[in-house]
Amino acid sequence: MEKLEFARVGESMYHEKLANGLNVFVFPKPDFQKGYAFFATNYGGMDMRFCLNGEWHNTPAGVAHYLEHKMFDTEEGNALQELAANGASPNAFTSNDITGYYFDSTEKFEENLRILLSFVSVPWFTQESVDKERGIIGQEIGMIEDDPEWKCFMNLMAALYRHHPIRVSVAGSVESIAKITPETLYACHKAFYDPANMVLCVAGPVDPEHICDVAREILPKEAGPIAAKDYGEKEGPRAAQSLIEERMEVSAPIFQLGWKGDAPVKGEERLRQQLLGELALEVLLGNSSPLYAKLYREGLINQEFGYGYEDSFGCAFLAANGESKDPEAVRMAVMDEAARIGREGVDKQLWERVKKGVYGNRVRALNSFEHLCVGQAQAFFAGYDFLRFAELFDAITKKEAEELIANWVTGERTALSVVRAKEET
Amino acid sequence: MSQVTRRELFPGVWLRAVHTNKFKSSYLSVTLLAPLTRETAGANALIPEVLRRGTAVHPDMEALSAALDELYGGAIEPAVRKRGETQCVGFAASFLDDAYALKGEKILEPAADLLCELLLKPYTEDGVFSSDYVTGEKANLIDRIRAQINDKRAYAAQRLTQEMCKYEAFGVDKLGDEETVSAITSESLWERYQELLREAQVEVYYCGSAEPDRVAQALKEALSGLPVNENRLDPECSVRVSAGPEPIVVEEAMDVTQGKLALGFRTGGQTCWEEDYPALYMAVAVFGGTTLSKLFMNVREKLSLCYYASATLERMKGLVLVSSGIEFDKYQTAKDEILAQLEAVKRGEIEDWELEGSRRTLIGACMSTLDDQGRQEEFWLGQSAAGLEESPKEFAARLEQVTREQVAAAARKWELDTIYFLKGKEG
Repeated sequence: MEKLEFARVGESMYHEKLANGLNVFVFPKPDFQKGYAFFATNYGGMDMRFCLNGEWHNTPAGVAHYLEHKMFDTEEGNALQELAANGASPNAFTSNDITGYYFDSTEKFEENLRILLSFVSVPWFTQESVDKERGIIGQEIGMIEDDPEWKCFMNLMAALYRHHPIRVSVAGSVESIAKITPETLYACHKAFYDPANMVLCVAGPVDPEHICDVAREILPKEAGPIAAKDYGEKEGPRAAQSLIEERMEVSAPIFQLGWKGDAPVKGEERLRQQLLGELALEVLLGNSSPLYAKLYREGLINQEFGYGYEDSFGCAFLAANGESKDPEAVRMAVMDEAARIGREGVDKQLWERVKKGVYGNRVRALNSFEHLCVGQAQAFFAGYDFLRFAELFDAITKKEAEELIANWVTGERTALSVVRAKEET
Repeated sequence: MSQVTRRELFPGVWLRAVHTNKFKSSYLSVTLLAPLTRETAGANALIPEVLRRGTAVHPDMEALSAALDELYGGAIEPAVRKRGETQCVGFAASFLDDAYALKGEKILEPAADLLCELLLKPYTEDGVFSSDYVTGEKANLIDRIRAQINDKRAYAAQRLTQEMCKYEAFGVDKLGDEETVSAITSESLWERYQELLREAQVEVYYCGSAEPDRVAQALKEALSGLPVNENRLDPECSVRVSAGPEPIVVEEAMDVTQGKLALGFRTGGQTCWEEDYPALYMAVAVFGGTTLSKLFMNVREKLSLCYYASATLERMKGLVLVSSGIEFDKYQTAKDEILAQLEAVKRGEIEDWELEGSRRTLIGACMSTLDDQGRQEEFWLGQSAAGLEESPKEFAARLEQVTREQVAAAARKWELDTIYFLKGKEG
């Protein structure tokens, strides 16, 4: 196995690409009680249109998520229960980009890993079980649609993007999932759950070679074809609409304010843009920025305020969210601050401080095995190593952050999504 | 390996230190343990928020954030928690561990100083809290209290405890209520703050690579401004053994697409202080605490009656709280099925895989507490509030011994006390 050292953050990572195309990453953690395994496919809610063996498929919204629910079914019963019976806490999630299955356990780690690899690679769907799941997923969709924060975010996506599939809910809608059949699920499993399209990341008190041995034993021996994805025509920089509003049961107006960024390129440049985006947000409106203090003082934001840089294949954006009595005033204030930074530049001391802060936070976050493993899986699919941030960090300059703000935080790239209370008093 | 020590820094002021090298960060918290009362809960919850706004040295949030960034982006968050009938207010902080500082500088000492500066040296105007800060944080706290309605699952659980413990301290929310918060002034809050510093038991927690002696030294210096009091209050919790003759039923209608059904049981006086507590803990898990539980397997998976159904234990108060999300018209069926599942537990109809699976899950969760600084802090704060010293490892060992009959016997004492149903609006 290849061993990579990330001395600055005190981590080492073992890597091997198996004969079947699966990439395995292991972070040995001898002092810990629990082991964590994350088995993921490069297939998420956005991947509705794809081509396999020369044939194009258009699948309904929500298939990746539906598949995630049904993968736990096995010919013998249910893998969730099997893992839980061993004291493991198994779960799974579907994001826009990927679907990941994971567990952590303090006992019987190897046995649990075998179960994980096996149920994810061997589909078992029947008409009856697929139909039954429709009720459960329908309930889940009902629950998230009641969530004003989710709604506010989805509205922001719809306002920022014209047609990129990030606008579509990962879970789909009650209507879209009505069309899903066992055949749809089998076809999508075949297209995307090939070892060559997957990654296994493990952290814990484990032997890296042994993890590879288990994967070789359980998974198919050879790589199969992988589907090509299509996200439609490339998006321009302009937001699709500037403002989107909705009324729901909330106590105070909540908002999502977003700026459409340049779509990230593959490889380490994507990580670099991520770090740059994070730093730009910190100097623009982060917790130690002058603007944050001003907005808080004026009662325009409260401690619910948050912000982040996010990217997926084919899109990247900056977003800030929170509760505010006047979300438009927040938008105006941020745009004014961006203009000021354009004129005066970012304060040098603020820049140095913020860099130290962001660096420390990134390192502290590595405590979490989940963060480490999910981070490496996503990074691998995007073409870089997650822990490389420590080395890239030093070279990022204040000027680059200023340029990013000047290019992205502009009127035409901005959208504001607001959810207000049903009856304004 | 990690080693846990506990020592008294000053009378009623305790330090629990976990010495370990396995984390990238060190975790530090200072918590005041106050009795939960309707009159003081709002003010107690407000105090850390106002303190977090500024100190005599770092008078505003900008200055504080700058100081934190200098400490490699440390985080100090106000924390308001409820453990039994004790309100735990203070700060929880996470800093980069000294080992990862880029220039080998010490982070623990300046971090402890900053944390205790927040607690003990507030920014003041005319000898009391700044009225700007108090007004701003009052508005924020009231917003948070109102916003509790947004998360319907949590809201239903909260309404259940409110109704069930109407006449007990436990029914008081950890954030207090809008009315008492509205009435707070800079002066009244200052007075409450002085009382809290003087009377509350203080729990300090540290987890990281520093030697316990060094931690104790750093905290003793940082906390030297605390008033001396030989008689700080011990946390207490009252327990009502039985439910009323008939369950109380409360229904509320809101504009939602999914109903929430919550059921509250009394454990018949069983709490974390009893010798057979591990059996009670297991009984809740078998009934509704894991993905192998009867509620999850039957009510959710087999019968598809709800999107989620789970049970939690209030171990000091002796309550078992069931929470579920259902279609409005499934109210009766779901309720009947939840109660039928409980009857099965009471009769000892527990398969081997259910019992052993729950045991493995609980033990796994217990042991993995040691792998997470925040969860470890939660665990030890709970132990301190309950006056217990048992470690996660020791508790795990006791869970190994629990038998099926003990689980059933624990569940047989439960009595349904209150039903809360959140339904949709008519029409």
